[in-house]
Amino acid sequence: MAIQKFTTLRSTCVPLPVENVDTDQIIPARFLKATSKEGFGDNLFRDWRYDKQNKPIAEFVLNNSNYSGSVLVAGKNFGSGSSREHAAWAIAGFGFKVVISSFFADIFKNNALNNGLLPVQVSAEFLQKIFDSIEKDNKAEVEVNLEEQKITLISTGETESFDINNYKKTCLLNGYDDIDFLLSNKEKIEQFEANRKLAL
Amino acid sequence: MGKTLFDKVWDAHVVSEIEGGPSVLYIDRHLIHEVTSPQAFAGLSERGISVSRPERTIATPDHNVPTINQHLPIKDVLSATQVETLKMNTEKYGIRHFGLNHPYQGVVHVVGPELGLTLPGMTIVCGDSHTATHGAFGSVAFGIGTSEVEMVLASQCILQPKPKRMRINIDGELGKGVTAKDIILYIIAQISASGGTGYFIEYTGSAIRNLSMEGRMTVCNMSIEMGARGGLIAPDEVTLNYIQGREFAPKGEDWDKLVEYWKTLKSDDDARFDWELNYKAEDIEPMITYGTNPGMGLGITQSIPTLDSIEPATKTSFAKSLKYMNFEEGSAMIGKRVDYVFVGSCTNGRIEDLRAFANFVKGHKKAENVVAWIVPGSKQVEKQAIEEGIDKILEESGFELRQPGCSACLAMNDDKVPEGLYAVATTNRNFEGRQGPGSRTMLASPLTAAASAINGVVTDPRKYL
Ligand code: SF4
Repeated sequence: MAIQKFTTLRSTCVPLPVENVDTDQIIPARFLKATSKEGFGDNLFRDWRYDKQNKPIAEFVLNNSNYSGSVLVAGKNFGSGSSREHAAWAIAGFGFKVVISSFFADIFKNNALNNGLLPVQVSAEFLQKIFDSIEKDNKAEVEVNLEEQKITLISTGETESFDINNYKKTCLLNGYDDIDFLLSNKEKIEQFEANRKLAL
Repeated sequence: MGKTLFDKVWDAHVVSEIEGGPSVLYIDRHLIHEVTSPQAFAGLSERGISVSRPERTIATPDHNVPTINQHLPIKDVLSATQVETLKMNTEKYGIRHFGLNHPYQGVVHVVGPELGLTLPGMTIVCGDSHTATHGAFGSVAFGIGTSEVEMVLASQCILQPKPKRMRINIDGELGKGVTAKDIILYIIAQISASGGTGYFIEYTGSAIRNLSMEGRMTVCNMSIEMGARGGLIAPDEVTLNYIQGREFAPKGEDWDKLVEYWKTLKSDDDARFDWELNYKAEDIEPMITYGTNPGMGLGITQSIPTLDSIEPATKTSFAKSLKYMNFEEGSAMIGKRVDYVFVGSCTNGRIEDLRAFANFVKGHKKAENVVAWIVPGSKQVEKQAIEEGIDKILEESGFELRQPGCSACLAMNDDKVPEGLYAVATTNRNFEGRQGPGSRTMLASPLTAAASAINGVVTDPRKYL
């Protein structure tokens, strides 16, 4: 089953300059009761986005019409805490295709990649430059080129390269899915089982 | 060059490697619960494939279950549906399921070890970040997302890049009133909520060796709270004594052969770690958190840092945390208001935790201003607590033993700390709203929870010892 392909993307950004954004904030536990992957985008950052009366909180960036686009830019250690993949579903479901941070939690990174959402890890300095340029101009754009593993700040032309392992890159560029790959390894897996000596 | 314990277990499970990519890793034990598995099963049926090795997966509902009147149908429709979906999926694919009211039901990370399903040298995964708990047995255990749950169901394998290795050594003797929970809260406070990202941690040193199996689980459990992929401890006599004779533990010749193998499971003397840290047990006092991530912790006699002392990049987040908690910078932790006390979870919901709490409160009374929830981690823990008379001790002191589940650890059931109120919790996360929208959590050990519950404010347990 294919995931959505990703090649390049040029977009305005939504800034969230907060550190340690944990997955409990991205999608609070009480919204994890669904049995499908649909609809989580509606509750993305629920408790930062709406007050108790379900009224949008004006100061929160997702409620600010000055900011839009399919790139979320966040502070360091994004996606920490719970392993809930619902966090990636919520971000993708809301319409984001890329999350930029200077640091991602491991499990979140895997979950994002498995859903065609690209985590782009940049240096702390570059992250600051992105925040600065959005502050100057809310329509500031970035371009993310997966093939070349490059991110460019359009306003200044500054560029930084980012890491992604080759396998995941190929998957994203082509829309391949891990399970298809694992199923194609069936023989190797059976051989591994047959060669084991211990009853673990 | 020698190998680390982590390398030994990991390498023994590599089916194949992808160049410049992750390894195909074989999984010995797969644990599932109701929240992170339904979409994985749905994925299987969309693909028209089945579960590859159903005997290697074990299921139990824990996150959504009520902690009173478990014999009645679950009232919350969505919770009931998730719990029912787990039952249907496990029946459909022939997966062992300890459902609600089954004598083995409980928090998945409490259930695995107590039934002898968690063994040294295994790879263990679960769609839950606290899978790290099982590392206490010398297994490579880590949390995964739902896509990965689907991978394991489909192929019994997972694609994983190999983490780096870290060793954290703690030597010396713990002081009075200092527990395994304080060790781990101390470490996280030292290296921050993201300091361990990319690493798998081996815990060593005399302070770790001297812990019971349950204490070791508490330590490994919170490895994820510093961002680490997992944590592990080399198996020893304590480990073997704990496992032997448990329901699903290997027996007879299988046992003997495994014991031989398990004796080889330790880091070689010349093994290389990417990062090593050393701490002294004597430096650790009972710990408590003051902020909204588990790295924001300090010794209970200390005061919250002042804004000036925080590095510039972190100032905004620090201020946001204090605002959420409604705590003053520079103020003392002792004496802070407590409305709720929660004892339970996969961090501190095992029998030793309940015992420690009960022994502590015995002869005292719960403070009137405090609502307390004492929730065993599993049916087995509940049963043993009742056999030992812990429920009676609790009752005499004004507490009540509830029924097992995750409960107020993440508040997916009815056990929610109301908005703006303060809880001292033996759990692992103090994130905003973790224990209910607007709730304010201070993480601590069962002893600190007990002292605070009887004194009605944040209290140093050593005051009573
Ligand atoms: S007890 Fe808490 S941390 Fe542990 S599995 Fe349940 S919700 Fe997660």
